[in-house]
Amino acid sequence: MPVINGEKCQRCGLCVSVCGCGALKIVGGIVKAVEVDDCRWCTLCELVCPNGAITCPFEIIIEDDRD
Amino acid sequence: MPIRTELLHTIPYFSGLEETGINSISRHVYEKKAGRGELLLSEGGKADVLYFVVEGAVKVFKTSADGKEQILRIIRPGDSFNDVAVLNGGVSLVSAGAMGPVVLYALKKSDLEGIMREHPQVAFNVIRVLSRRVAELIELVEDLSFRHVTGRVAKMLLEYAGEKTGDRPRLTQQEMAAMIGTAREMVGRSLKSLEGDGAIRIERGRIIITNLKALRETAGIV
Repeated sequence: MPVINGEKCQRCGLCVSVCGCGALKIVGGIVKAVEVDDCRWCTLCELVCPNGAITCPFEIIIEDDRD
Repeated sequence: MPIRTELLHTIPYFSGLEETGINSISRHVYEKKAGRGELLLSEGGKADVLYFVVEGAVKVFKTSADGKEQILRIIRPGDSFNDVAVLNGGVSLVSAGAMGPVVLYALKKSDLEGIMREHPQVAFNVIRVLSRRVAELIELVEDLSFRHVTGRVAKMLLEYAGEKTGDRPRLTQQEMAAMIGTAREMVGRSLKSLEGDGAIRIERGRIIITNLKALRETAGIV
């Protein structure tokens, strides 16, 4: 799920507003990834955050058996 | 935490040393821990400590006047950073930040000089390490000068990929952009383009290389 840095998060809610799948919500004044299975990893939340508080890192792996 | 001498054996600087040499060096080494995002080194700051990554990964980068970040290297366990500034004298030429929780072993400049005098093998190893560093930087210049963005993204994916289990730190699109000297948006477009060509598949939190041959062709690697 997206990685949220609570110390950088200013609770502006921009990430929640752009999340098209409802995976992010503000719970008790804190942004949380609550519907993890719904996250499509569009990375819009990472793009809009003005404080760099939410990141969507990728693991890069090889699955080509032909080589 | 006491220094684990078996980890010192894995560091190229100390390659080929006998156990007595490693034990003697370990007395000068101290441990430092850092959390994700923590700044370990500031460009222009004092450069009197050499660092070796023992656990985790560190990014070494330069920042332009308008805040743009160019990642020069990702330092993984066994590798070192701040070498050039410590050996050359002067200030840190780069900044360094923890990409996740990291454990570092640190050596003061004054102790390193004594170690190289006492163990000439270390000096030879330093030459080898720095020569490889120069070769990597030449390759980066070549990439920035001659490869188009999608080719650079393809090359970066090939260099960064782990085999199925993925034993490398995860990268954000911003970090990928900083590594290859482009904007985050260009990375996103390039990834979509590579997916459209069938070279990769993008899933939640994963970029999966499905066609190595196609990716190598895009990267311009024979």
